[in-house]
Amino acid sequence: MPTLLIVEQLLNGLQFGLMLFLLAAGLTLVFGVMDMINLAHGSLYMVGAFLAAWLVAKTGSFVWGVLGAIGLTAAFGMLLETTLLRTLYARDHLSQVLATFALILILNDGVKMVFGNDLPLSAPDALAGPVQLLPGLSYPAYRLLILGVGLLLALAMYLLVARTRLGALVRAGASNRVMTEAMGINVRRLFTVVFGIGAGLCAVAGALLGPLLAVQVGMGENILILAFVVIVIGGIGSIRGALVGAVLVGCVDTLGRTLLQQAFREFLPPQWASAAGPAIASIAVYVFMAVVLAVRPQGLFPARA
Amino acid sequence: MSPGAPPSTPAWRARALLAVAIAAALLLPLVLEHLGASFYVSFAGRVLVYAIAATSLNLVLGYGGMVSFGHAAFVGLGAYVTGVMVSEGWLNGYLHVAMTLGVCGVAAALIGAISLRTRGVYFIMITLAFAQMLFYLANSIKGYGGDEGLTIRARSAFGLGLDLKHATAFYYTALAVLAASVYALARFVPSRLGRAVLAIRDDEQRAEALGFATFRLRLVVFAVAGMLGGIAGLLAVNQQGYVSPNLLHWTQSGTLMVMCILGGVATLWGGLAGAAALLLLQEVLAAYTGHWEFWTGWVLLAVVLFARNGLGGVLQRVLASR
Repeated sequence: MPTLLIVEQLLNGLQFGLMLFLLAAGLTLVFGVMDMINLAHGSLYMVGAFLAAWLVAKTGSFVWGVLGAIGLTAAFGMLLETTLLRTLYARDHLSQVLATFALILILNDGVKMVFGNDLPLSAPDALAGPVQLLPGLSYPAYRLLILGVGLLLALAMYLLVARTRLGALVRAGASNRVMTEAMGINVRRLFTVVFGIGAGLCAVAGALLGPLLAVQVGMGENILILAFVVIVIGGIGSIRGALVGAVLVGCVDTLGRTLLQQAFREFLPPQWASAAGPAIASIAVYVFMAVVLAVRPQGLFPARA
Repeated sequence: MSPGAPPSTPAWRARALLAVAIAAALLLPLVLEHLGASFYVSFAGRVLVYAIAATSLNLVLGYGGMVSFGHAAFVGLGAYVTGVMVSEGWLNGYLHVAMTLGVCGVAAALIGAISLRTRGVYFIMITLAFAQMLFYLANSIKGYGGDEGLTIRARSAFGLGLDLKHATAFYYTALAVLAASVYALARFVPSRLGRAVLAIRDDEQRAEALGFATFRLRLVVFAVAGMLGGIAGLLAVNQQGYVSPNLLHWTQSGTLMVMCILGGVATLWGGLAGAAALLLLQEVLAAYTGHWEFWTGWVLLAVVLFARNGLGGVLQRVLASR
């Protein structure tokens, strides 16, 4: 198999993984600190993508449109947290599932009422072409932008969690919320801020993936499940786990879809390869998760001691 | 939430209510046909199919205390077993039932055996992961429709002049299956086995210390619920003449979960109440607005915030207040 193809697919996997990380980062903190299942996290990704598509068309500028979408989605997330989700923290998982499932229905149809079923969003013209990375390897410039932004935000999240006072409080909350509250920290207020950051990151992922996938109602539902897989693999409540898990899931998924299928074609009779290839490729991520949980039931980097 | 407790209402009132409900259920298709609303017979059949699926989930979720987020997988599996057998020309309905029970039982036992090693959130996620695997497998089997689904030309043949294509015949068949399931559940809960399962749900460590084989009991409940879910799938494919991977999508598992919570977790009639309430709500809203999902969402939110034990809880409170 050509090495260049593998490099290209690894880059694709890393890029998808970093976008998954943006979704998983907020989700893992809500899950880890507040012990709250938020199925509506994928809807924030959708809301962010729609707002970006709308604002980019309004302002005519990709950068301003995306930045505006991030701000608006973060504000929307904080509003959601203070009005509704906050009352669910003390409830059992079933109530949280029911309430956030209801939120998916409301937001899906709400977005459809405001924006319609889908919106066009394309990459900025300046980044439309490919870039020569190595001799013989050219890679779309827009995907490089996604990679860069993803790496930058991952680094920023790491610094935020590892080096700042806010990060220390979040880590304390994830490892033992009751004790943190006993120390006089207002975990609830802290959490509204964290939720806003998580929602903003969702918007980044939605806006950047919008031109590659499609900005349409229901776009958050499948990627939400992948984000859950990421945080379960990484260890619930751990940002580092979310990053490692996201990159692993991104690579397993992308490589499974391309290289694994190609390997099947080379080593198996064609009728077997065409039947088994797509099946194995699409479930590779879930098999991977089941294996990780079988070996390390608490995920790779458990936040709770 | 104490499903094992004796009802606080006088026994005769509960019995009278049950008798009225059974009579109403038996007469419903006749009344609807008389009113010229025979479309609603097949709608009622759909409610019953969802009620069976939700009741089977309630067994795992409510009575077993295992928050399974992948129950649609078993419903879909049952539908595919029947769909594939019919399209291969095997029409014997009894064979379909046996095969569905076997395949779904084995699948649920395998998935349960792995999933039950985890707890809490991890259990929720791993059952979801297994359901996703089956969802994508169903999407990729091109020989049986792939992502477009599988249409069957014939129905499961049970002899006795029973034609499941006919809405009224289907309704009574589904009603019989639901009645049998609810009756079995009613007998199971106060039985020795049922009490052991409730004890494990309420305090697993204590139940284990008392000598119950907690893992095996939970696994049995999980597998039996998977089998009943499969039967719901068998009925679903017979009603619609069509099965597609969408039946296994995680939002279907979510819908079943919503029905259980809406109707009342760990209540005998919770599955039926939830299925009927949600589908009726959608039907009524769809008649008035294209955005029925939007308003359904608000109703569900109101239920979470204001009716903590679902409709079953509200009903119990109303019955008990006199």
